[in-house]
Amino acid sequence: MKPAEFDYFAPTTVEEAVSLLAEHGDHAKIIAGGQSLIPLLNFRLACPRILIDINRIESLSYITESGEGLCIGALTRHRTIEHSPLVQAKCPVLSYAARFIGHLAIRNRGTFGGSLAHADPAAEFPLVVAALGGRTLVRGASGERVLDPEEFFVSYLTTALEPSELLIQAWVPTLAERTGWGFREQALLEGTFALVAVCALITLDHQGVCSDARIALGGAVPAPVRAIKAEECLQGERPTEKLLSEAARHVALVAEPVSDVHASSEYRRAMAEVYARRALKDAYARACRAR
Amino acid sequence: MAKRQTIRLNVNGISYERAVEPRMLLVDFIRHELGLKGTHIGCEQGICGACTVILNGESVNSCLLLAIQADGADILTVEGLSDGEQLSRLQMAFWEHHGLQCGFCTPGFLMTAHDIVNSSLLVEEGEEVRRLLSGNLCRCTGYQTIVAAVSEVLRQRREKPSNDKR
Repeated sequence: MKPAEFDYFAPTTVEEAVSLLAEHGDHAKIIAGGQSLIPLLNFRLACPRILIDINRIESLSYITESGEGLCIGALTRHRTIEHSPLVQAKCPVLSYAARFIGHLAIRNRGTFGGSLAHADPAAEFPLVVAALGGRTLVRGASGERVLDPEEFFVSYLTTALEPSELLIQAWVPTLAERTGWGFREQALLEGTFALVAVCALITLDHQGVCSDARIALGGAVPAPVRAIKAEECLQGERPTEKLLSEAARHVALVAEPVSDVHASSEYRRAMAEVYARRALKDAYARACRAR
Repeated sequence: MAKRQTIRLNVNGISYERAVEPRMLLVDFIRHELGLKGTHIGCEQGICGACTVILNGESVNSCLLLAIQADGADILTVEGLSDGEQLSRLQMAFWEHHGLQCGFCTPGFLMTAHDIVNSSLLVEEGEEVRRLLSGNLCRCTGYQTIVAAVSEVLRQRREKPSNDKR
């Protein structure tokens, strides 16, 4: 047996899961798709005493329209988001980003909530949620909290979730009119972790002036982060190739890259700029087409 | 020791009931409890795809699932592709295109390919097939022939759809 011993619970309701968490808290770990957790169990890098499996909570798997956005249940699988006509229509950057997650078998099993709660800095969904300003809903024994991405994503593999809290869903806004998006990711191989990934959104007014820009960087950072200076340099301006390049330079400045066997920190920073420029160009081109 | 729990599941059309420790991986259950050795163990971390099986109609890495999570599930392994007499269309295509060398990765490739050709997604031959097969590694590096075999079955299905899901 590869994983260490644990006791296993498979609640069928959110209430049951939350009360199990309240009882076991620190000793318990939630398992959703398990595509990151089970390797950790197999290597015994994680040895929780209790595993709470939420796969039987069917009420956590949904995509619904809500206000000016979509509510996506924590247990919604990557493959569902990738192919959902609703997501493709309202928030296409999210279904596009899903294509980059692992491989087919991993997308069949991995979940939206699991990706957010695991908070791998190279992961696609946290990056898109950070760029869009999506809001996560978490529930504990004492009630619910709604968190902005800046609050939710704390650092490398760390979120604001308390040990006794369960992630229920995330709300992501529908893309506004005349908004274009870009998502670019550099990985060494198809399906492997991103060295850098960039999500960019550009909204134009009727005159072609940028009225809103949102750009976030993943991969070369401890947690996905907005590049505010890059956004400011586009706002109120008519984007040109030169201006998009300047914004991309600002994106590279928010990187906190490390060196490892895959790439040096200098290389990662350089690629942050290159991929930011490409994502911004994609976003601008789509925004122009949407006018 | 954590208490064993009884699970019931259907594998290749046969119902099984077994008591398992919660920490037992699905791939170990399939091989050691059921004796179905066609599903291979490679990396045990979701990289190589050798352990791919079909769980309730979709391909999964059986090294990244606990057996207990498959309680109540329908599972198809490579042993279930053929009826024992005749190879399935996919298996025939692998044979005709020489889509295997040492054969270690073959069961995993067949199960991923099964998901690709039977899913409702419209898959284009060529690049899209390569992208969807990227979760399976062939260390003999015989990818061209595997892609050719899967592409041919996709082509056959488009030109002559049938209810034969094998």
